[in-house]
Amino acid sequence: MSTPLLEIRDVSTFYGAVEALKGVSVTVAPGEIVTLIGANGAGKSTLLMTICGDPRARSGRICFDGQDITERPTHHIMRSGIAQSPEGRRIFPRMSVHENLLMGAQSSGIDPCPGLDQAFTLFPRLKEREAQRAGTLSGGEQQMLAIARALMSRPRLLLLDEPSLGLAPLVSRQIFQAIRKLNMETGLTVLLVEQNANQALRLAHRGYVLVTGRITMSGTGRELLARPDVRDAYLGGH
Amino acid sequence: MAYALQQLINGVSLGMIYGLIAIGYTMVYGIIGMINFAHGDIFMIGAFLSLIGLLLITSGGLLDGPGAIVLVLALSMAFTALYGWTVERLAYRPLRGSFRLAPLISAIGMSIVLQNYVQVSQGARVKPIEPVVQGGFTIMQEGTFAVQLSTMQILIILTTLVILAIFTWLVTRTRLGRAMRACEQDRKMASLLGIDTDRTISITFVIGAALAAVAGTMYLLRYGVIDFYIGFLVGVKAFTAAVLGGIGSLPGAVLGGLLIGLIETFWSAYFSVQYKDVAAFSILILTLVFMPTGLLGRAEVEKV
Repeated sequence: MSTPLLEIRDVSTFYGAVEALKGVSVTVAPGEIVTLIGANGAGKSTLLMTICGDPRARSGRICFDGQDITERPTHHIMRSGIAQSPEGRRIFPRMSVHENLLMGAQSSGIDPCPGLDQAFTLFPRLKEREAQRAGTLSGGEQQMLAIARALMSRPRLLLLDEPSLGLAPLVSRQIFQAIRKLNMETGLTVLLVEQNANQALRLAHRGYVLVTGRITMSGTGRELLARPDVRDAYLGGH
Repeated sequence: MAYALQQLINGVSLGMIYGLIAIGYTMVYGIIGMINFAHGDIFMIGAFLSLIGLLLITSGGLLDGPGAIVLVLALSMAFTALYGWTVERLAYRPLRGSFRLAPLISAIGMSIVLQNYVQVSQGARVKPIEPVVQGGFTIMQEGTFAVQLSTMQILIILTTLVILAIFTWLVTRTRLGRAMRACEQDRKMASLLGIDTDRTISITFVIGAALAAVAGTMYLLRYGVIDFYIGFLVGVKAFTAAVLGGIGSLPGAVLGGLLIGLIETFWSAYFSVQYKDVAAFSILILTLVFMPTGLLGRAEVEKV
């Protein structure tokens, strides 16, 4: 395996006195799609946020592209080639779709035009809604916007938090297809958090299972899909 | 009729001053969700800096008339902005992430500090100045009553409109404005997009203070007397304007300022000068009770 793009080593994160992550280690190689599956409250979103420095890891190391980013302020981390489409989508509701997308490219200082073109090719629905206030979009459209906004900074690593949450199966399939397409065409590296383990493990090259703040299993998507204990716990037992 | 027209002119020029200060309250509330109770005193600092600048410039015989005013305005805006930045840095930033009331208490403390600082360093007596801008026009004559539009009032209204136009452009059309709106709508997400939110908040305070300095300069030139305590009453009225317009809404702050200026002026003209403050603050109470989101504010409920 080549040198990892992202290396999380033995990271622990606390919310007050509660230890949400207990010595988690995860690596993601360039060009990989890695998924993190686990039940509600297992710490999946916390891990993605910890990578971004909010909350900060209390112990352990996070390296991106060979650089230690554990102690860097969030906005520095997000300018170094990482982007996140976070839990709850968090689009700016009182800005237009267009402005939301511009926000994605704002701090990297790159020309937003190619990014806008890419976003509209990937999600033509956003083109139709370009001038509309983002708060008035449907859930699926907001999800597309959140992903498209994250891609505006041309990241090397995309952190995706539950892109299928609350979406109709058809829309969620569209979004998964878009992720696969991006990965194949541009070599985008993706760390994907999902409750929909079946879909996520089919898409991903590798996966990790997170249980109450600890990694309990890891392997290729196929391996994990085949394991009876994973099936029982996360795939509804069949 | 002529009398009412005169009140309209007076009310609008007073309202512009309130509006400029109200923007500072509403912007800071929008971005960090606190009422900056020291903002009225920032306005007072702006007025004092203008006074000092004006005395230095005119007594030095460097400039007078419009040139002096422009220079004084620029100096006052720059130095008041520095005060605004410092206040945020010292009194609010260390409390970010603390409980909600902490920065509010700190703001009240900062307000007292600024008042006492000016009282001690500049003296407690009122400071009068000679009128700098004189003259005006009689735009209507009705019997013995002449409707006056003074050059100073024209200056206040024009300056405010120009500043507001620049400010509106800044907020709606520039990258900085977009970053400010992003921080206002979701600060955590803004930082996830690489925005330096602390810096954006600092800039918000700087802009708010600069606008308050404009108001302070206008107040000084129009009324000709200031003291260390003006920030309290004017500040609370501008706060009322921000609440009436809908706290968090920038056009609302200007609209609220104009309305409070007009209400106060008309009340003084037709009812009682002594009770003009009561009129303004009754509006605050009525708004809070019956229309807490204000005229242009939005309800907190949002589609998730």
